[in-house]
Amino acid sequence: MTDTKVNNMSKESFRRQKSREEMQKQLISFGLMIVLTLVAFAVVAMDTFHKGFVIPFLFLMAIVQAGFQFYYFMHLKERGTGMAALLIYGGVWAAFLTLAGLIVISWW
Amino acid sequence: MAQAHDHSELFPEVMPPEPEKATLEGKNKFFGIWFFLGGETVLFASLFGVYLALKNSTAGGPSSQELFGLGLVFIMTMLLLTSSLTSVYAMYHMRNNDFKKMYLWLGITGLLGIGFLACEIYEFAHYITDYGFTFRSSAFGSAFYALVGFHGGHVLFGICWLTTLLIRNAKRGLNLYNAPKFNTFSIYWHFIDVVWVFIFSVVYLMGKVG
Amino acid sequence: MATTVAAKRSFWEFIWDYLTTVDHKKIAHLYLAGGGFFFILGGIEALIIRIQLIKPENDFISAGLYNEMITMHGTTMIFLAAMPIIVGLMNAIMPLQIGARDVAFPFLNALSFWLFFFGGLLLNLSFLFGGAPDAGWTSYASLSMDSPGHGIDYYIAGLQIAGAGTLMTGINFIATIVTMRAPGMTYMRMPLFTWATFVTSVLILFAFPPLTINLFLLMFDRMFGTAFFNVALGGNQVIYQHLFWIFGHPEVYILILPMFGVFSEIFATFSRKRLFGYTAMVFATMLIAFLGFMVWAHHMFTVGLGPVANAIFAVGTMAIAVPTGIKIFNWLLTMWGGQVTINSAMLWALGFIPTFTIGGMTGVMLGSNVADYQYHDSYFVVGHFHYVIVGGTVFGIFAALHYWWPKMFGRVLNETLGKLTFWPFFIGVHLTFFVQHLLGLMGMPRRYWVFLEDQSLDLGNLISTIGAFLMGVGAIIFVINIIVSAFGEKAAADPWDGRTLEWAVSSPAPYYNFAQLPLVRGLDPLWIEKMEGNGKIPAAEPLGDVHMPNGSIIPFLMSIGFFISGFGFIYQTDNVYWYLALYGGLAFSIALMIIRSVKDDYGYYIPKEELEKALEGEAK
Repeated sequence: MTDTKVNNMSKESFRRQKSREEMQKQLISFGLMIVLTLVAFAVVAMDTFHKGFVIPFLFLMAIVQAGFQFYYFMHLKERGTGMAALLIYGGVWAAFLTLAGLIVISWW
Repeated sequence: MAQAHDHSELFPEVMPPEPEKATLEGKNKFFGIWFFLGGETVLFASLFGVYLALKNSTAGGPSSQELFGLGLVFIMTMLLLTSSLTSVYAMYHMRNNDFKKMYLWLGITGLLGIGFLACEIYEFAHYITDYGFTFRSSAFGSAFYALVGFHGGHVLFGICWLTTLLIRNAKRGLNLYNAPKFNTFSIYWHFIDVVWVFIFSVVYLMGKVG
Repeated sequence: MATTVAAKRSFWEFIWDYLTTVDHKKIAHLYLAGGGFFFILGGIEALIIRIQLIKPENDFISAGLYNEMITMHGTTMIFLAAMPIIVGLMNAIMPLQIGARDVAFPFLNALSFWLFFFGGLLLNLSFLFGGAPDAGWTSYASLSMDSPGHGIDYYIAGLQIAGAGTLMTGINFIATIVTMRAPGMTYMRMPLFTWATFVTSVLILFAFPPLTINLFLLMFDRMFGTAFFNVALGGNQVIYQHLFWIFGHPEVYILILPMFGVFSEIFATFSRKRLFGYTAMVFATMLIAFLGFMVWAHHMFTVGLGPVANAIFAVGTMAIAVPTGIKIFNWLLTMWGGQVTINSAMLWALGFIPTFTIGGMTGVMLGSNVADYQYHDSYFVVGHFHYVIVGGTVFGIFAALHYWWPKMFGRVLNETLGKLTFWPFFIGVHLTFFVQHLLGLMGMPRRYWVFLEDQSLDLGNLISTIGAFLMGVGAIIFVINIIVSAFGEKAAADPWDGRTLEWAVSSPAPYYNFAQLPLVRGLDPLWIEKMEGNGKIPAAEPLGDVHMPNGSIIPFLMSIGFFISGFGFIYQTDNVYWYLALYGGLAFSIALMIIRSVKDDYGYYIPKEELEKALEGEAK
């Protein structure tokens, strides 16, 4: 009985260790998100780049940030979340089609 | 006659490692909120599409370049991004079964959200009083307020949700019945942040570029 | 005296039971009853339309009322009849097929139903309060912006409330299938109807938000003076069309895919053979859903999107014929070499194949963008979509009702009356809608109140009207069948020698579905046990207390709150006092939401002893 207790405790400390490492990763990704935001704002504020560069660049920054949110902050990289991810990607696909429809082939 | 079951399985002495997904109800809530967010993605995409299709239809009113200032938007972005991190902290402490710290971080999350909302209200009031730019003044105005307002409405809903959760569970500690509820809120809150990332990029920054 | 009091009391208990139920099987009953009621309303509207068109320049109803009839017929049939009945079938059968005790969110399930019901009620009350919506079921912003009165406002509020319910159902079913499958029930062992439920729910999840937004935009424009569709302020009405069809095209697959599932079950059961090409059927279902999302602009070929966009959407549209064809051939090959029993359920399935194939063929014709300029907004289109919706969805609903009636209500429907339902209906469908293709090719436009004499349209319209009445006769015989069968014998657990899990429990299923969760050993689990085991599904767990959700009146009350608030939205443009209803209704619903989340609801347990008693009773 004491054996299992010790075992449980070591399991618990292992889990806490893992969880602390996880938290560090999350802090790093938060830092990266702040950097991405700063870069995006700076590119616009500097007003030196061409529109054709800035707009796709801003899109890219936003998508990378969203990825950090989903995978690190919302724990989408954990096991057993495949279906959640699948449905989010489905939503992103439907969102892409909707945007394409409204932006590219709306007729004026 | 059926005797009352004490539901003791919801109040274990030692919490499992992932209390938010330890019960079937918890698992259902976890997947339910994610699927809901899949739908919300399309909801916001529709609003983004409408905005992008109408953003140059100013009908003689102020354009996005004249209206938007980057300073306030940057502050709002920082408030919401930070609130996302604090809610991660809250979930970290939930998994460590540290109820008090979880409450502290959730409280901070809520305050940051209120700060964001206050900035947004100030911003809207500024556009309306100083520029006469309203929901009705042009198709651009309608689309702008619809998109940003829908997001603001989501933030408001999140704050109300969080407040209800915090008040209700203040004296009961963490258990397998309420852990999924906190986790569900946290996932929702991150999603609101993701939407804001696209709003500040697509609406404000691209609006500034033209 | 005493007995009447007792009877009365039990009647109110019965009502109260259904008002507060969260049991998926009872909610299915509610959906079928609600959907059936609106189906009758929509059917009467169809007959009124056909009577108006029975002869040239008829004046049976006025032009304005005719517009209301066509609008309400379409809206009612799609949102309030077909979809709820389908959702009812899914509710009744899907949890049984995967070996679950209920859906993932029983409370939300009840809320979904009541939102649908009160949304539909709100929409139909417009007839009593100054005129129904009259801009067609699509309610294009060009027409709906200029429609006087409150008809369109009812359309917006009613569909918004009903649509919220449908979205919740979608999420609920996906979560159920992901988390609550019985041990051994892997994804690739799920029956086709469950697969169809899954894929349909995904479509609902992604297709309804654009509708929600579209209705919001229309609401803001009509009621709060915004400019989304106001061209003078830079608005764009094509946005409405895009958003509507981004929803609207997946919607037709929401209506048909569940029926593909139904037919797959019926063909396999009554051919006494495993479904031919199970894997191909599953992937064809997914492929149809995937492609179905990418073809919405084929409803907009004549808008002027340009030849490139039109060509892309034309090719995409025709591509859907491929997975659909795979399905048709798989059904035929399921019957090939099987021991085919032809009963009422099978008759509808057999009638479906040629009817739906004709509808699919005209679909490919319409999908050709160059030819579509000729067909557009003509009766050819009307003929086409009635062939697929009636020949697919309505046939499917009848087939499913005959097949699962014993499981849902504990009585087998009468065979003779079942066949008598089929034949007039089947002949009626072809009489009504086949000639409509020809009328369309001769130039008869859809949605017109009258047509002129001697333009070779007279005979075709007369035949079409006669056909519509034959369909009405079929529907009436079905209602008679329901009443007659209610007094018939109790159904056995497995009247059709079935293959899937729902036939392993009694008819109707006990309220806890499975005393012990079943252990699934492969595709068609019951059939496997019949062939290789003792005909009984093995249990995956020892007998123990069973956890059940508590019933609640809150879903019903919450929906009433939204219903009242809907009236507030509609009439606040006339008088500011209506804001009381608007905010009052919303506040009532929100208060109930808070009560729901604050009040702990752990559910209750059925003690083991009660289950043991029930099992003994079954064994006798």
